[in-house]
Amino acid sequence: MTATPAIVQIPAERTSTGRLRRTAGRYGVHVVLAVLMIVWLLPTIGLLVNSLRNSSDIATSGWWTSLFPPKGLTLDSYAAVFSETDIASGFINSLFITIPATIIPIFVAAFAAYAFSWMNFPGRNLLFVAVVGLLVVPLQTTFIPILQVFGNLGIAGQFLSVWLAHTGYGLPFAIYLLRNFMGSLPKEVFESAYIDGASPVTAFFRLALPMTIPAIAALAIFQFLFVWNDLLVAYIYLGAVRPENLPMTVQISNLVSSQGAGWELLGPAAFISMALPLAVFFALQRYFVRGITGGAVKG
Amino acid sequence: MDERLGTALAVVIGVPGVLVGYIYLTELVLRFAPDRRRSAIRPWLWLLPALLFLFAFLIFPTILTILRSFQGAVAGAWVGLENYSWFFGSPDALISLRNSLMWVVFLTLFTVGLGLLIAVLVDRVRYESIAKSVIFVPLAISMTAAAVIWRFMFDYQSAGSAQTGTLNGILSAFGLGPISFLQVETLGLNTIFLVIVMAWMWTGFAMVILSAALKGISTELLEAARVDGATEWKVFRFIVFPLLLPTIAVVSTTIVITALKAFDIVYVMTNGNFGTQVIASQMIKESFIFGNFGHGSALAVILLLAIIPVMGVNISRFRAQEALR
Repeated sequence: MTATPAIVQIPAERTSTGRLRRTAGRYGVHVVLAVLMIVWLLPTIGLLVNSLRNSSDIATSGWWTSLFPPKGLTLDSYAAVFSETDIASGFINSLFITIPATIIPIFVAAFAAYAFSWMNFPGRNLLFVAVVGLLVVPLQTTFIPILQVFGNLGIAGQFLSVWLAHTGYGLPFAIYLLRNFMGSLPKEVFESAYIDGASPVTAFFRLALPMTIPAIAALAIFQFLFVWNDLLVAYIYLGAVRPENLPMTVQISNLVSSQGAGWELLGPAAFISMALPLAVFFALQRYFVRGITGGAVKG
Repeated sequence: MDERLGTALAVVIGVPGVLVGYIYLTELVLRFAPDRRRSAIRPWLWLLPALLFLFAFLIFPTILTILRSFQGAVAGAWVGLENYSWFFGSPDALISLRNSLMWVVFLTLFTVGLGLLIAVLVDRVRYESIAKSVIFVPLAISMTAAAVIWRFMFDYQSAGSAQTGTLNGILSAFGLGPISFLQVETLGLNTIFLVIVMAWMWTGFAMVILSAALKGISTELLEAARVDGATEWKVFRFIVFPLLLPTIAVVSTTIVITALKAFDIVYVMTNGNFGTQVIASQMIKESFIFGNFGHGSALAVILLLAIIPVMGVNISRFRAQEALR
């Protein structure tokens, strides 16, 4: 803006360069977005096409050579990954690990979140700040002592060890998310319930829990994806002791390191492991996004 | 199917049952407590399961690991700061420190920069939700799967033979020589290529949060600026960007922590070879491949020390928000 307000300025779009710029701007947005979307999709498309080619094609030519026109596409690698590897049992292991490791922390966190939101006790805020602080503790600082304890208890390598560990690791975020949501429920609801003589247990199961369902859904999706996609926790607690209990992520990483043998199995294995997270994502995207924005923005 | 199914079913039904039963039990127990004490004891009973888990799996092990970092490869043999002087004296370890710093800087730059750009751009188009899904979806898959996907992007065949990797395919179309992306150690470039994989996953995270914040900015404010003749760039630079800064700070702290913890991508794509090791992956290697829990614990503590300042920022921001409640 100039310092002479008396002079009427010509709006930018009236001039020819301004119009040019605006037109370029309008199409520019679409061009930039189109390029970004292609860049984002290309890696996955590449793997998808490669997962449908046979091993000699994969080794000797790029995936794009099979596209125009489509040729030599086959489901052989998908059949092979089931017959030559343990991926089917890995899929079931992943389910066995993930479902309990998702359900347990939700209950434990809901009780704690209710206490943090609607009960008064000395040190409440300090304790909650400590829980928020635990959000960032790297799992690496916990592995060595816990592994020894699991060894002493004789549960190293068993599903129970990862259920417990994932519950502990998932709790800070779970408590944080649920407490933020429960704490913002209207106070009057609980006050009138208590006046009517409801016990905290009734207030929790009849009021707080049903009203927190959206946050619980978001949390369930998060914890599910976190555990399903986890490599490290399973690798540390299950890998060395009971390889037959390993989830798909660890199996796939083992496939990668066994260079040469089974290059063509990687693509199908990866897609099988992605199937469930993608289904969850597309079916429940709304809750997923709400969990992210609710956890990070609202705070 | 087998015994695992029985166990899993017992856990899925039994554990919630036990936990719900526990809460009912606390009320029964509280009946025996004097009236005045009841409301003082109750919160602790409700918190007990969570506190037990947090102690057993986060607090207690962290304390033990800190103590362990002052002991040698053999537990119980106190060695003072030897594990730390090993770290700062070993070229390999220092490379992992440099790489972790690179992860923090570049992952934050890539994800926040691109996330902001995309959030601003999709706000102006009708296919917003589709564009967002495309950018966002990699966040749902595992880093292991992402690493497999990108191995085929970075794949390298020696010059002269047909390229099978997507990026080298594109380069060769322009007559440029094949690059063995994951082995370029100059300036730690291969680490940047690994960061790109993570950025591919996490840009959607930054975008979703920034986009939500962007929608919170009053359109009247923006329209007023446009009517006053501000260009789109000026609207962004002087109105939108300053208003988004607090959100950018929030996103950045999360990304910094994610970058420091990044393990899977390094482990699956290079296994830390070619100078791509980071602290998080070197900790695993020292502990569970070389079996030196002293070194491993020291590395874990260094990782924790790097994260604590970010945690401090998190907590002070959280307290500021609570004060506004």
